[in-house]
Amino acid sequence: MSADRMAGAGRSNKLLRALLYSVLILFAVYYLLPLYVMLVNSVKPLEEIRQGDMLSLPTLFTLEPWAKAWSSAQIGVQPTGLKPYFLNSVLMVVPAVTISTVLGALNGYILTKWRFRGDDVIFGLILLSCFIPFQIALIPAARILGMLGLAGTTTGLILIHVVYGLGFTTLFFRNYYAAFPTELVRAAQIDGASFFQIFRRILLPSSAPIIVVTVIWQFTNIWNDFLFGVSFGDFDSLPMTVALNNLVSSSGGVKEYNVHFAGAILAALPTLVVYIVSGRYFVRGLMAGAVKG
Amino acid sequence: MSFLKIEKLKKSFGRVEVLKGIDLEIEEGGFLVLVGPSGCGKSTLLNTIAGLETITDGTISINGRSVNDLHPSERDIAMVFQSYALYPNMTVAGNIGFGMEIRGVAKAERDAAIARVAETLQIGQLLDRKPSQLSGGQRQRVAMGRALVREPQVFLFDEPLSNLDAKLRVDMRTEIKRLHQRMGTTIVYVTHDQIEAMTLATRIAVLKDGVLQQFGTPAEIYARPANLFVADFMGSPSMNLIPATLDADGADVAIVMKRDEGAPLVLPYAKNVPELAARKGEMVVFGIRPEALTDPDSADRNARHVSELDCDIEVIEPAGSDTFAVTRIGGREIVARLRADAPIIAGQKARLAFNLDKAVLFDPQTQLRIA
Ligand SMILES: Nc1ncnc2c1ncn2[C@@H]1O[C@H](COP(=O)(O)OP(=O)(O)OP(=O)(O)O)[C@@H](O)[C@H]1O
Ligand SMILES: [Mg+2]
Repeated sequence: MSADRMAGAGRSNKLLRALLYSVLILFAVYYLLPLYVMLVNSVKPLEEIRQGDMLSLPTLFTLEPWAKAWSSAQIGVQPTGLKPYFLNSVLMVVPAVTISTVLGALNGYILTKWRFRGDDVIFGLILLSCFIPFQIALIPAARILGMLGLAGTTTGLILIHVVYGLGFTTLFFRNYYAAFPTELVRAAQIDGASFFQIFRRILLPSSAPIIVVTVIWQFTNIWNDFLFGVSFGDFDSLPMTVALNNLVSSSGGVKEYNVHFAGAILAALPTLVVYIVSGRYFVRGLMAGAVKG
Repeated sequence: MSFLKIEKLKKSFGRVEVLKGIDLEIEEGGFLVLVGPSGCGKSTLLNTIAGLETITDGTISINGRSVNDLHPSERDIAMVFQSYALYPNMTVAGNIGFGMEIRGVAKAERDAAIARVAETLQIGQLLDRKPSQLSGGQRQRVAMGRALVREPQVFLFDEPLSNLDAKLRVDMRTEIKRLHQRMGTTIVYVTHDQIEAMTLATRIAVLKDGVLQQFGTPAEIYARPANLFVADFMGSPSMNLIPATLDADGADVAIVMKRDEGAPLVLPYAKNVPELAARKGEMVVFGIRPEALTDPDSADRNARHVSELDCDIEVIEPAGSDTFAVTRIGGREIVARLRADAPIIAGQKARLAFNLDKAVLFDPQTQLRIA
């Protein structure tokens, strides 16, 4: 009898599992469908898209749309393709991510290991900056960039993104370093290590997970930013996101969907790569911060 | 002349005063143990000596030189932390050599020093490992190695053995004592284990709530505790503290203790002590350590003053080398320490010898020892 019950339990268990998996697969399909549509249609000639349905595989495979999106499509008035803007984005994102991460790490180090009177208040204020909506900052930011002579430059965009990202990077590192044993810092002090030596030799080597989290977070946010890019960018500094928008909206007459799809994937590719390369650490680092915060 | 001297040391965190005016000194080569219950300020005191915490008031001097304003690395001290605080990303050799590396000591010289220390502590085969690959005892040794290699004027230890299991703790305790005897360097050592304090120290400082309770040799602290707190805190099993009344006949004093049944116990305490006799009729606390309360055959033959009394034995706890017997006097459980094969049975009467040479009296109001 008990064996019977167990078999019954096993069966219902299996059923539950099957149900669970079907639901999960359904969700996965739901999320992957747009990507599939984009991929499939980015390698079809335009006629095929117009005739057939969006979901079918290409009958005639071509990389023409990718080449066009990259180097010759009409962006605004010039037929430059997305290439120069991709470069603008890289030139903006790399320094902005690096600087904001380094400053965030230093802030976190000071706020946890070199505490001073009123440090909580300062941290609170830094934290507050995470909640300020972009739109509020637009006009003051424009004024300041103008005053600094940085309007329309990549440097200006870097400055904006660094300032805006500092709240988050500081939060990440502060929470991570709060759980870092202070006795290690004290031991290093007795060993005679300086402020920066302690940071570089003791804390930094143990910071890989939180650096990965911060870099992913900053990279995605800055790469995907549209508002600051469109507000403060020029031809020399417009980021990829704005260019993509211009590509989609400016090719008058025929809508070249295949080129648009290819361009969109190109725009999303860097963040995708960053995720795949370091996603493993992302989850681990977030958990560490969350639990020990 | 004192080597490490602490005068009127005060330390507050914000509005909370953690150290309330500490005066301590230790001679060169001494072994000072700071002992006290959790949260009494031991670590804080040690950290102020190391320079890791600023002080609010007072002075700390090492070898005649005030170190108040010196950075931790300039005080010529080395510290072993409770958590060991080994740098997780460096090898054992890297950990031991880090201070020298920072000071710019040449690689060859550094390696020689590391090898020397590794030899002393027998950790030569561990030098290339990371701390995460070491056992607790090995980590402890590496932490000591990092301190030894500095060859400081003063070693500071903050509960270095508290993370080890019981057996290893005893071994390491002996090893620390051996190292101290060999090197003769001054040591300040924090623990809340009073056995560690008794076995290691040349001087013990007992702290409670940031106030120094007593400062003296282990023997003084054990035999003549300054107050009820020290009497209760030091020694294991702890001192029997029994409420009693003083009785006097002329200048001769006796102690009267109530019993649940029968007549009160009367012990002649001392002869010809007029100051004490003046307190006739007052309440006191009678303190006697378990080993001073034993079966008549084991009683100290050299003691001048032993009284024997019949007591009801409630429980016996054989502990191998000794047998502990619990009786009840003055409403308190009283522990006596008898030889292992003493003929004694729980629930029956037994004759116990009180060695009154070793007994002390406290004033229950002021908590201070009066005799
Ligand atoms: N940075 C700090 N800020 C505020 N209060 C502190 C700080 N460090 C310690 N204290 C307080 O000072 C008191 C003494 O702490 P300390 O660490 O010196 O105790 P301890 O005697 O070493 O205790 P334990 O045996 O548990 O290690 C405690 O009440 C503690 O809460
Ligand atoms: Mg402590």
